[in-house]
Amino acid sequence: MDERKITMVHGSGGSATSELINEIFAREYADRTLDEMEDAAVVPGAGTLAMTTDSFVVTPLQFRGGDIGRLCVCGTVNDLLMRGAIPKYLTCGFILEEGLSVETLKQLVHSMAETAREAGIRVVAGDTKVIEGNGGLYINTAGVGFIPDGVDIRAEKAAVGDAILVSGTLGDHHAAILSERMEIETDIESDAAPLRQMVDSLISSGLPIHSFRDVTRGGLGTVLKELAVASGKVFEIEEEKIPVTAKVQDFCGLLGLDPIYMGNEGKMVVILPAEYANQALEIMKSCRYGENAVQIGTVLAAAAGESAAGGESYNAGGELICKTAIGGRRRLDVLQGEGLPRIC
Amino acid sequence: MKLDEIKEFLSGYDGPEINIMEVCGSHTGAIAKNGIPGMLSDKIHLLSGPGCPVCVTPSSYVDRLIELSLTPGTVVATFGDLIRVPGSERSLSEAKGEGARVIMLYSPLDILALAEKEPQTTFVFAAVGFETTTPVYALLMDQLVSRGVNNVKLLTAIKTMPEVIDYLMANGAEISGFLAPGHVSVVTGADAFKPLADKYQMPFAVAGFKGTELLVALAGLVKQIGCPKVMNFYPQVVTASGNQKALALIDRYFEPVDAVWRGLGTVAGSGRVLRAEFSRFDAGSAALSEDVKVNKACCCDRVLMGRMKPTECPLFGKVCTPIKPQGACMVSTEGSCHSWFVNHRT
Repeated sequence: MDERKITMVHGSGGSATSELINEIFAREYADRTLDEMEDAAVVPGAGTLAMTTDSFVVTPLQFRGGDIGRLCVCGTVNDLLMRGAIPKYLTCGFILEEGLSVETLKQLVHSMAETAREAGIRVVAGDTKVIEGNGGLYINTAGVGFIPDGVDIRAEKAAVGDAILVSGTLGDHHAAILSERMEIETDIESDAAPLRQMVDSLISSGLPIHSFRDVTRGGLGTVLKELAVASGKVFEIEEEKIPVTAKVQDFCGLLGLDPIYMGNEGKMVVILPAEYANQALEIMKSCRYGENAVQIGTVLAAAAGESAAGGESYNAGGELICKTAIGGRRRLDVLQGEGLPRIC
Repeated sequence: MKLDEIKEFLSGYDGPEINIMEVCGSHTGAIAKNGIPGMLSDKIHLLSGPGCPVCVTPSSYVDRLIELSLTPGTVVATFGDLIRVPGSERSLSEAKGEGARVIMLYSPLDILALAEKEPQTTFVFAAVGFETTTPVYALLMDQLVSRGVNNVKLLTAIKTMPEVIDYLMANGAEISGFLAPGHVSVVTGADAFKPLADKYQMPFAVAGFKGTELLVALAGLVKQIGCPKVMNFYPQVVTASGNQKALALIDRYFEPVDAVWRGLGTVAGSGRVLRAEFSRFDAGSAALSEDVKVNKACCCDRVLMGRMKPTECPLFGKVCTPIKPQGACMVSTEGSCHSWFVNHRT
């Protein structure tokens, strides 16, 4: 147990900074490029690169099922994967607030290194700053991935007749974070996970995948609406097929939340021609984090004219329609307003 | 009737046109979420009444909260919904950017620990709500009095449901039946709506919040149009006489008062304020009767009366959206315009 706290001197750039880097970061991230401690990482390249960056500001720093260290790898790695890229290099920028426990920092950095190993991505560059504050911590990660020849996965490729698959239960991360913040006792765990194995398996299977999207902030509703708009098609999903655990369902009932708009950190949507849906589901189910994969809907053509009782027409391009359990139809939009507290 | 028969009955109804009003924000949300409007015959119209407490709070109330939050030594505590409601000029959230001290709580009772930790600060709780929430404010008062806490005050905008329904009907609202609010009825009891059913010769159906519960209650109303009947379709939690303990506690600390409803004006006996003997716990609620429209074209008043659908307001979806609400009905997730907007109801 390390009793020390981070102080401004750790950000001086002098000996205290080097000690912190050597003792905590370099040890965990041991990497032939990082270990050179040069001003920039020099690494081999490829033909087509995918690049992404994301910042992580979640509180609490540690929660059931994960922590900010695991999250900051999953978020960036999953974003690379969603374009069909093979994750290669990760950089991380840490902003530490004065008063942060060194023990906590060690645990978070360890968790980050472990998740990076699981995701098969190398941490090749990093930076640390210390600011005044109250023991908080923020992380930015950027990632580079290589896109294999012939892989072209994009939001607008969703086509009429495609199946809409989701890799598992929704709302777990959001509910885990909210319950910690609100001190509601539950054992709901965050789903924070790198989806490397699932994506690699799907791509190497050669199935004609049209789109991937990770279901993060804004939830399934927001993600599917964006895909519907990007492709100009009608997305129709069935409420009863959307996987949500009983615990999360109860938690949502208690707080008036809708799992369709809750954030996740280890779930993805897969869109591909319906005739390949079962093969894709089998692959997903055989992968870590994919055991609850299921088809939740279908991509339909945009067509005018037809309308439901009550005169509401539902089938313009870019619409997301949910068939409700009692047989109604509900139009869904992206999450409006601020919704809920920050969760990543 | 089986569920399939109920669905068939509601979609196949071919009698006179009827307007059914729900007066509970959670019902508004559940109706949209279950896709119920599209399951009804086009002769059955669902209207959203004044069922969102935040939406009916006058602008002067928000102005007073902002004034308090900018007063040195004072912290305003509120439920989240109120933070973005526009006052006459700005919202609490905008005032926060100018240094206002505003905190969001999930339970009013959480203020006790804060007040005991910071005895030199005055904490003002924004006590907004209907009969559902009022018992919690009464519980808070009970704690303040028994623990001798002197640095917590309430700014009240507490409203009651039967009085405003009476006001709507007396002022010519064209409504054939009401979905009575489920949570309010837990406290008041279903019988609270009986005098109204008799006076206006119309049915009331106390309903739960699941899709099937709403369909059953709607079918009940359609069948009983013109009959002075109160039907309780939520007997799991609602009794005829309500929660007597909660009602007694409310009565100990609060008394009826004429209250101003945003967009509607003054409704006799439709509010609750702290009794005179507890006025030291009040942060100036009595003076808050002024209600200024943020945008002159805003039709929240007619929407609340059921005279206009949210989509018929000229501002709806154009200048008035959940991101930049002009009227209160667009602010809260329980507001009728907000619900219609995010669910694309037409």
